[in-house]
Amino acid sequence: MSVLKVTSENYEEEVLKADQTVLLDFYADWCGPCKMMSPIMDQIAEEVGNNVKVGKVNVDENQNLAMKYSVMSIPTIVIIKNGKVEKTFVGVRDKKEIIDALN
Amino acid sequence: MEYDVIIVGAGPAGTSASLYTIRGNLKTLILYEDKSGLEKTDKIENYYGFENGVSGKELYETGIKQAQKLGGEVRKEEVIKVEKIADGFFIQTSQAKYKAKVVILATGNKKNKPQIIGIEKFEGKGVSYCAICDGFFYRNRNVVVVGSGDYAISETNDLINMAKHITILTNGEKAPEFRADNVKINTKNIKEIHGQEKVEEVEFKDGSKIKTDGLFVAQGVAGSANFAKKLGAITKQDKIVVNHHMETNIKGLYACGDCTGGLLQIAKAVHEGAIAGLQAIKYIKLMGGN
Repeated sequence: MSVLKVTSENYEEEVLKADQTVLLDFYADWCGPCKMMSPIMDQIAEEVGNNVKVGKVNVDENQNLAMKYSVMSIPTIVIIKNGKVEKTFVGVRDKKEIIDALN
Repeated sequence: MEYDVIIVGAGPAGTSASLYTIRGNLKTLILYEDKSGLEKTDKIENYYGFENGVSGKELYETGIKQAQKLGGEVRKEEVIKVEKIADGFFIQTSQAKYKAKVVILATGNKKNKPQIIGIEKFEGKGVSYCAICDGFFYRNRNVVVVGSGDYAISETNDLINMAKHITILTNGEKAPEFRADNVKINTKNIKEIHGQEKVEEVEFKDGSKIKTDGLFVAQGVAGSANFAKKLGAITKQDKIVVNHHMETNIKGLYACGDCTGGLLQIAKAVHEGAIAGLQAIKYIKLMGGN
């Protein structure tokens, strides 16, 4: 699956009401490290298939979502199950570390 | 000034890398500032070729001389910033600006995380290691920068147009020469960070407190892990993640020696430095640079 663009508009439907686990990458276009995280998220999305919904949140455009998840450093990666935060990673992480946390 | 390869750190890993890149005809510069872990080691008795052992200082100094004799440049300048640019990297030191096609990080196992209660608990919740990445979240808010050297000043400058007010906390060190309208300096020793969900207050050892929305860590000299994180290289528990070619996930960025974790031994640093140097040669050839 490709990485879904999550915004304030589709957040409830795509994240809170999701049947599967959701992996969200909070990023900004001006953030250097975020650019390195982005291809890793693409690989994860491909690898996990339909079991996990992988999304990215632009913190500039969706400040309310960044606040909701107390994001104060980017990239921040959040694993959400049944609408609740399971795990949060701050900073660029290895694909394996994130996939292991999803399982 | 432009180089093919800039190596940050002059210990066994960085210097070994340089021996290969210099001999590979690449214009190589080694930048270093802090004392190497090796230099502080009294006597080394488990390294190949020294039947009576060798002092860390001697091995360290001989390594630097060897690189210089081969034609490498070695400068004692503190690296403050490493940024990715289109065709390589931009490096700023306390004295000059450089460009390089390849950067090899080899600053050893630097522990510059201050001993403050709560610092790890609040990482990503108000404690930050990167002003340029996280300053955005502190627009018109009050922050503190922990540190007193050139690196702390550089981080403060990255926050100055973003934060409402900045207090540089030297944590017992001498106050730096730095003036700006919205910056204050406080030299007290820090004890603890307090807060419910996120950083709210810093308590000093004398019992006094100041309120803050964020705390930026920039104590001492920046190490490989600091540069790696800001560039977006994958790190795990402050160690840089590399493959068996000593490559990070960023093209042209290599790391070797103690900063990649594992065995903290000279033999391992020399081995990784050699690989990083050889890979840098291959990479630059592929780029069509040499």
